[in-house]
Amino acid sequence: MKDNSIKKVLVIGSGPIVIGQAAEFDYAGVQACRALKEEGIEVVLVNSNPATIMTDEHIADKVYIEPLTVDILTKIIKKERPDGLIASLGGQTGLNLACELNDAGVLEKYSVKVLGTNISSIKMAEDREMFKNLMNEIGEPIPDSEIVSSYDEALEFANRIGFPIIIRPAFTLGGAGGGIAYNEKEYEEIVHSGLTQSPINQVLVEKSIAGFKEVEYEVMRDSNDTCIIICNMENIDPIGIHTGDSFVVAPSQTLTNNEYQMLRTSAIKIIRALKIEGGCNVQFALDTKSNQYYVIEVNPRVSRSSALASKATGYPIAKITTKIAIGYNLHEIKNSVTKKTVAAFEPALDYVVVKIPKWPFDKFATGDRILGTKMKATGEVMAIGRTFCSSFKKAITSLEAKNTGLLHHKFENMSLEQLLEELHIQDDRRIFRLSEALSRNVDVDELNKITKIDKWFINKIKDITDVERELEIKPLNYELYKKAKEYGFLDSEICAYAKVDEQTLENFNLEASFRIVDTCAGEFSASTPYFYSTYSEECELDEYKKETTDKKGNTLKKENVVVLGSGPIRIGQGIEFDYCSVHASWALNENGYESVMINSNPETLSTDFDVATRLYFEPMNIENVMNIIKKENPKGVMVQFGGQTAINLAPKLAQRGVKILGTSLESIDAVEDRKVFEKLLKELKIPQPKGRGVHSAQEALETTRELGYPVLVRPSYVIGGRGMQVVYNDDELLTYINQALQFSSEHPVLIDQYIEGLEVELDAVSDGKDILVPGICEHIERAGVHSGDSMSIYPSRNISRKNEKKLVKYARLIARKLNIKGLMNIQFIIKDDVVYVIEVNPRASRTVPIMSKVTGVPMVKMAINAALGKSIRSFGFGVGLYRKTNLVCVKMPVFSFQKLNRIDPALAPEMKSTGEVLGVDTNFKKALLKSFIAAGYKFGGRKQRVLVSLNDHYKKPALKIVKRMFSQGFFIMATWGTHKFLEQNGIPSKMIEKFMIDKLQKRMKNGRLSFILNTPTLGKNSQTSGFQIRTIAEMYGVPCFTSIDTARAYLRAYRTFDKKVNLEVDTITNYRKKKFLGMF
Amino acid sequence: MATLILEDSTVMYAKSFGAQGDVFGEIVFNTSMAGYQEIITDPSYAGQVIVMTYPEIGNYGVNNDDFESLNPALHALVVKEYCKNESHYKSKITLGDYLKERNVIGIEGVDTRSLTKKIREAGTMSCFITTRDLSDEEIKQKIEETKNYKPNPDIVFDVTTKESYIKGKGNPIKLAFIDYGAKYGIVKSLVKRGCEVKVYPANIRAHSILKEDFDAVFLSNGPGDPKDCKNEIATIQELIGKIPIFGICLGYQLLAIVSGAKTYKLKYGHRGGNHPVINLETNKVMMSSQNHGYAVDVESLSEIMTPTYKNLNDDTLEGFKIDSLKVHAVQFHPEAAPGPDDAAVIFDEWIELMKKYQKVRA
Repeated sequence: MKDNSIKKVLVIGSGPIVIGQAAEFDYAGVQACRALKEEGIEVVLVNSNPATIMTDEHIADKVYIEPLTVDILTKIIKKERPDGLIASLGGQTGLNLACELNDAGVLEKYSVKVLGTNISSIKMAEDREMFKNLMNEIGEPIPDSEIVSSYDEALEFANRIGFPIIIRPAFTLGGAGGGIAYNEKEYEEIVHSGLTQSPINQVLVEKSIAGFKEVEYEVMRDSNDTCIIICNMENIDPIGIHTGDSFVVAPSQTLTNNEYQMLRTSAIKIIRALKIEGGCNVQFALDTKSNQYYVIEVNPRVSRSSALASKATGYPIAKITTKIAIGYNLHEIKNSVTKKTVAAFEPALDYVVVKIPKWPFDKFATGDRILGTKMKATGEVMAIGRTFCSSFKKAITSLEAKNTGLLHHKFENMSLEQLLEELHIQDDRRIFRLSEALSRNVDVDELNKITKIDKWFINKIKDITDVERELEIKPLNYELYKKAKEYGFLDSEICAYAKVDEQTLENFNLEASFRIVDTCAGEFSASTPYFYSTYSEECELDEYKKETTDKKGNTLKKENVVVLGSGPIRIGQGIEFDYCSVHASWALNENGYESVMINSNPETLSTDFDVATRLYFEPMNIENVMNIIKKENPKGVMVQFGGQTAINLAPKLAQRGVKILGTSLESIDAVEDRKVFEKLLKELKIPQPKGRGVHSAQEALETTRELGYPVLVRPSYVIGGRGMQVVYNDDELLTYINQALQFSSEHPVLIDQYIEGLEVELDAVSDGKDILVPGICEHIERAGVHSGDSMSIYPSRNISRKNEKKLVKYARLIARKLNIKGLMNIQFIIKDDVVYVIEVNPRASRTVPIMSKVTGVPMVKMAINAALGKSIRSFGFGVGLYRKTNLVCVKMPVFSFQKLNRIDPALAPEMKSTGEVLGVDTNFKKALLKSFIAAGYKFGGRKQRVLVSLNDHYKKPALKIVKRMFSQGFFIMATWGTHKFLEQNGIPSKMIEKFMIDKLQKRMKNGRLSFILNTPTLGKNSQTSGFQIRTIAEMYGVPCFTSIDTARAYLRAYRTFDKKVNLEVDTITNYRKKKFLGMF
Repeated sequence: MATLILEDSTVMYAKSFGAQGDVFGEIVFNTSMAGYQEIITDPSYAGQVIVMTYPEIGNYGVNNDDFESLNPALHALVVKEYCKNESHYKSKITLGDYLKERNVIGIEGVDTRSLTKKIREAGTMSCFITTRDLSDEEIKQKIEETKNYKPNPDIVFDVTTKESYIKGKGNPIKLAFIDYGAKYGIVKSLVKRGCEVKVYPANIRAHSILKEDFDAVFLSNGPGDPKDCKNEIATIQELIGKIPIFGICLGYQLLAIVSGAKTYKLKYGHRGGNHPVINLETNKVMMSSQNHGYAVDVESLSEIMTPTYKNLNDDTLEGFKIDSLKVHAVQFHPEAAPGPDDAAVIFDEWIELMKKYQKVRA
């Protein structure tokens, strides 16, 4: 039963989105908060990530957007005095923090009870040695392994066991710092990196069982010792690839009942021994030739896998974990799907779920694509189908790649020999190589031997490629068409393979039908508003809709509006769009509409069936979306909240006669079309940087003569990772142009004047007449760094009243001209009192959640109203620029380079960050310091050396900063050119040779290098020493600034820290209440 | 084109993957996601047509270790997607070939979810399946025949052992085991825990058991309506009170009838591996494997009967005991096969009781 002594609970979020810790914890956190509030418990929430829904004021009672450190959390605990905290909902971050708070005696001091799984259980599961001992005690097999804290110990183990060996650092996220070593050289490298990254300098070295099947169990236990399995999942990729980077299917497909139950029994035995209370994840390796299995890992918390399992089954793991934490037992909790049965049951699926990771290699062309024990995916897609093939096919479609099929991924011209050779490579493209090999009739057994993927999956994939071939060869008739649809093929694919037009397909008159996810395989009636599509089966949608009639039989049919979600999380399209989609859906409901959500991302809150009126878990492809629209017949579609994914669908929807609500398609097009947009700004007399497209080197040179250096160059057609760049002279220009033209000579290269001024950005809500600008943000880094990667400050500090007015005026002019109905984001550059518009996005931007929270303006809600034709004046926030309060915040990007090898961490016009944190205060300096702390920068300790290496453009501008470093007590080392320059300017530094990378590496390893300032030279070449230094710095977690502005901000924060200021904490609501007292 | 006809006139078309032929039966669904081999060889399904709600069936073929009986007694298997390319190191034969070998009809390509919902709404129905094409005329005729189809009341006779035999010879606890269509798993579980099990056909008379020196009698699972088992009930009536009796599934239902309770037909039965049952004494919950179409009416229990387990999904009775008569029985399957092993502890508890009774007797 519920523990009534708990009145107030602290929920710790998981911080910024990084690889291995994404939106799934926002989903979990929101479910937890709602579950607590439902019970009348006051919720105090802390998270440094402002893009989350959990940090909304209506989700928790008190929302702290503060750094997630023991120090800060102690202050919050002291202030709020919660009765308990739940450790298992905030990912690894939350879990580690709870342990640290416990160890520091904070929980005891303020009598905060750990609810749910307790600290000793967490430690038992997380500490490799303790876990190993426990497994030995209860007789559960684990692979031969040893905990080591030095390379010597590790080597001893290797000599005994032999390679390959898996290295897993203790207490790190997504296996950061780990890997598989096949020889001593690799072993040394990985062990060192693992030791450095583990907060307790421990790694587990383990006999590799690569090639075993990897199977996961999502388990739940309550204090009454009831244990249930929510879902089991089988990795299509065998052991050796991180589960976050694996193709996963639920439920397991190749396990007999005996094997399934053997592992189930083991999982339950383990969580009983650990005394888990709540959700937990157990990973197993199962031999493919015997009953031998090993326990690989236990996550004593809600995880990415549990988000997937929740979506795959309809069982809300985070919610039930929360209920268990406050004292309920599983049999006392209702099954919210059937409403008749209880939460103590094991979901039965009557469909197949496939998850595929989304990797960032399209963005990072130089990145190391090899997959191993270190997770590299930024996000994932999930698909539901009645069969494995249809589910798998839908999941591939959900990746939103241009090619939605399995074949024609540039392997078709490869020789068979080479193809088979490359099949040994475990990277993100292996499934496409496998498909290509299958289409060339390579034997399934042989492929199984090479890839270690179970023959069952290979055969199923072969079934798909066979249909693809059949479509190409045989004449298309109804039977073949039906078969292809049942296999999950898109009409667009069928048209292409069978060389027919869409009309031919339409004549077949075959419609998609929709089925319900009900947790019980149809055994009990359920009215979950959670659907997926299938073919040649009954459509349950009508039946579902029938149920929304009143007692007299009158249909209570409301009009509905479709909200397009944003698909998998990727760099540049993160959780912020999920925030917008979810709010859009809520706002529609408030306006009396049914909201219909379409999305393919299992990590998000938008795909919780509790959010929208109806949820469709489907690929964000025009055909899948149209299938839903045909059934739903909505008033229109909201495309402005789902990032580029949704915007890309807009023209296709409009073409098919679907109404786009809010800003019109013409307006969306107008800003995307360079020429139209240029003309538009000219008409409005708004300054913009000059530029033009060129087709040859000669033309490029002529253009730059006219514009003057520096210029910003970028291809008009994006070629794999080749993005924008700032160039300063003819040499750099020609290098870039020649390379770009080599890739594609038809598409021009765009050259723009590069104005190195103050970059400013604003979000606005517009109803076509009025606009409301909640606030103006100014970037810390000068123009040239992608806005998503810049630090930015609200309210702006360096913009004159006059220019502020100009910004708002321009925004209003543009909004009216384009008749913007909804959200809009504009980026400006201010230089010499001229305000230039550089970009307009007629949709929700990355900063909408932040601006909504720091100003209190419900931007998405207002945007929905505007899109529905209402005026924004009625909201009472006025129009024009919204008033400031005394709240100051600094947004700081967070990167995941530690997970991705061979990627240059240098800031550039191309976005690289995966997440962000917000430092909030009423004092700018404190907010700045908080933002650095929240992003994981460490302050304190002895000041050490800093390495300074500047390119020619930045030598002069950096002088003041280097002086400051010196005066703040850092010892300066500089590369040759920089050293000379500093010497000339009277700043002492020690010269180091650029190539002495080994020595530098040693310094970094021993913590004798505080940070690095390195402005990169041109040429994204992984051979440059700068690149090497930057990547090594990432590896050892040494801050490396590539923009002098970031370095300046860091020094400033350091000064604040040195002054020993007391960082206070407060809720976002209270910060906002503090009246604006003007600049400080 | 194979055809499936329900007594409510539903007609569905499918593809055959098992034996050819025509068959009538009672159509039921099972929600287990793994364990089709155990399910199709469970004799309790005698005369029934099983719809698997999980769509991909046949994935790991059929092996030598997971049979629950040697003669699959079901009439047909209905699936969404049959897997022709099975993959498992233990697999000896594909599911399709196995069904062909055992002359059992198997059909695929059926909208099994819709079929399940029909059964859920209308209750268990009679059905007809043929692997051939039917004319409209034939369909009409078969619908009528399906409506009039009555399951065989002597179904237990079809699946019980013809001869008695002993398993676990020499083990310390001596059990008389009446086979109404027993799953191997039950006998295996008992032998593993130290029982010498003498398996008798269902028509064994009480005196034949009583004259031998058994520690207890064990009543197995089995197919059909317990009320049809007149002779079996009579036998138990003679045994009860004279010797400790344990029962599972049909054995439990028969014990209930003998003890004065009533049974009734569930609308669509419990068949699957995810049924939560709560122990009414300890308040502990476990996941159980179930396969039954009838239940004991909890309202009808006689005074001497103590309810021991309850199903959390629909509050139906799942177990009872009579301490005075040394009777213990559960509706669900502690031997699992297929399904979770949570309830295996019941065998442990019963073995302890058997030992205790043994001591008392000594």
